[in-house]
Amino acid sequence: MLEDKDRIFTNLYGFESWSLNAARRRGVYDGTADILPKGRDWIIEEIKKSNLRGRGGAGFPTGMKWSFMPKDNSLPHYLLINADESEPGTCKDRDILRHDPYRLLEGALIASYAVGAHAVYIYVRGEYFNEAAILQQAVDEAYSYGLLGRNAMGAGWDCDVFIHRGAGAYVCGEETALMESLEGKKGQPRNKPPFPANAGLYSCPTTVNNVETIASVPEILRRGAGWFNGFGRPKNNGTKIFCISGHVNKPCNVEETMGIPLRELIETHAGGVRGGWDNLLAVIPGGSSTPLVPAHLCDSVIMDFDGLREVQSSFGTGAVIVMDKSTDIIYAIARISAFYKHESCGQCTPCREGIAWLARTMARMVRGDASVDEIDTMIEVTKQIEGKTICAFADGAVWPIQGLVRHFRPLLVERIEAYRKTARKA
Amino acid sequence: MNRKTDAFAFDAETMARAQKIVARYPEGRQASAVIPLLDLAQRQNGNWLSQEAMDYVAGLLGMPQVRVYEVASFYTMFNLKPVGTYLVQVCTTTPCWLRGSDGIVAACKDKLGVGIGETTPNGKFTLVEVECMGACVNAPAVQINDDVYEDLTPETMGRILDELKAGKSPKPGSQAGRRGSSPQDAQGGPKEEGGDA
Repeated sequence: MLEDKDRIFTNLYGFESWSLNAARRRGVYDGTADILPKGRDWIIEEIKKSNLRGRGGAGFPTGMKWSFMPKDNSLPHYLLINADESEPGTCKDRDILRHDPYRLLEGALIASYAVGAHAVYIYVRGEYFNEAAILQQAVDEAYSYGLLGRNAMGAGWDCDVFIHRGAGAYVCGEETALMESLEGKKGQPRNKPPFPANAGLYSCPTTVNNVETIASVPEILRRGAGWFNGFGRPKNNGTKIFCISGHVNKPCNVEETMGIPLRELIETHAGGVRGGWDNLLAVIPGGSSTPLVPAHLCDSVIMDFDGLREVQSSFGTGAVIVMDKSTDIIYAIARISAFYKHESCGQCTPCREGIAWLARTMARMVRGDASVDEIDTMIEVTKQIEGKTICAFADGAVWPIQGLVRHFRPLLVERIEAYRKTARKA
Repeated sequence: MNRKTDAFAFDAETMARAQKIVARYPEGRQASAVIPLLDLAQRQNGNWLSQEAMDYVAGLLGMPQVRVYEVASFYTMFNLKPVGTYLVQVCTTTPCWLRGSDGIVAACKDKLGVGIGETTPNGKFTLVEVECMGACVNAPAVQINDDVYEDLTPETMGRILDELKAGKSPKPGSQAGRRGSSPQDAQGGPKEEGGDA
């Protein structure tokens, strides 16, 4: 269990004020002005050594991402902070925005320097209206105290931070869709290459990082890479905010070490599964797009990138959705399919048409109004969608169905047979 | 189509805010401000975007009108038809569904006497179903205009709607009395957010 002294997010719940004074008392802005003079290369090297991987879902090594930014390019560089938190189950960045905004702004200053960006845009999902308002107040205050702007903190680096609110589109969390949206267009992802580090926002070198990633950076640099990579297994290091929702006694967000066993996470922090551990049916371990993990695998699964890959799922955003035995798991997944159908940007045919078809078929599977063959057809369709679109949205949309069929195929068959029986009687 | 293009314009206060927003983006990139300006337009226009309002924003930013329509129709928070004073948005995505969003939808229908996508005859409430609003550990959640109500039960949902009907301002956030995303029995902290405590 993570000790209090090792927490990065010491005001996750808003027990203290988010104000600058309170943030300073929590250690935010401690020695920031001494970190920048160590230089861009030192910062990137330290973040690489810490093994920090992106906290927005994809888990790309942060230091490596920063090192892709060109150093000899005279175009403006941009840092975009992705606060378009929309992956169902995920609500961690919201707590950073509303309860610890200066921790994010401190990270923004350091990261902007590391990637050579004088302008930072924080793209906040439109629904987080009140959170964005708090963040804006924090930005204004930070400017007035010289923590942002020209020669921020006297460290010789100019850093402007702007908040940009979205207006309701899950896909804008995809980094190239986010850039399109920020340029004033529909949020439709771009082909890669070119990669953002070469041609991103306004075709300029751009780095996109998640809120939690950026907010973790100052504490890592203060305490050292060795402190951060002392938690968790190799390549899976650090601490992480987990969101535990669904059928638990005490749903909550909590910062824990990477690699905590799922069962310990749920029982220590979320009051256990409703009705006890034996009442567990399955867990969606990392946000809606990650394939479910059935109860018998939940006994031993480790919550990190490798641990969840071992059970054919994915760590995603660390958003654990717990389902007990009362759950109609076919509906639970069908509702996720409906979500993806609703959120597809419509650009690629396999995604636009394929996911709509899957969602309609899943809706019939809920009733059992289907044939057993259609289960296989459905899987075949998911395989034809996966990897054949511009962005990873479609992959994330088909994985939940693959996970359902992998572990609950007999239930789908049973539902179909039951439906046929009643249909015959009628 | 016969319509007046001068039927919508920002009032002075909104215009000042719009200019501040446009200044956040580099020279020649003012189209970046289209989402925030449409948001301002919607707020000034009674929570929906008329074609006149969209055309006005297009003119202000020097964008072809069709590009603005594309944006307005792509993002779900833009209402292209009039909605009630209170836009009641019930999240029914899986995390909220697991915590009883069906009961919340039923409570809203019952209390307001309308179905999903409908507006009460007095124009006060529009009921819609929305996708995940990012409050999953405080599910079920409902967003009413800018505020999110969390940890709802059909009873607390009904009370909130009653209070809005009576012209009161029910307190947003957890309706189960917990702070933020903390586990139910966690202790601590000031009762109010913000300020220099």
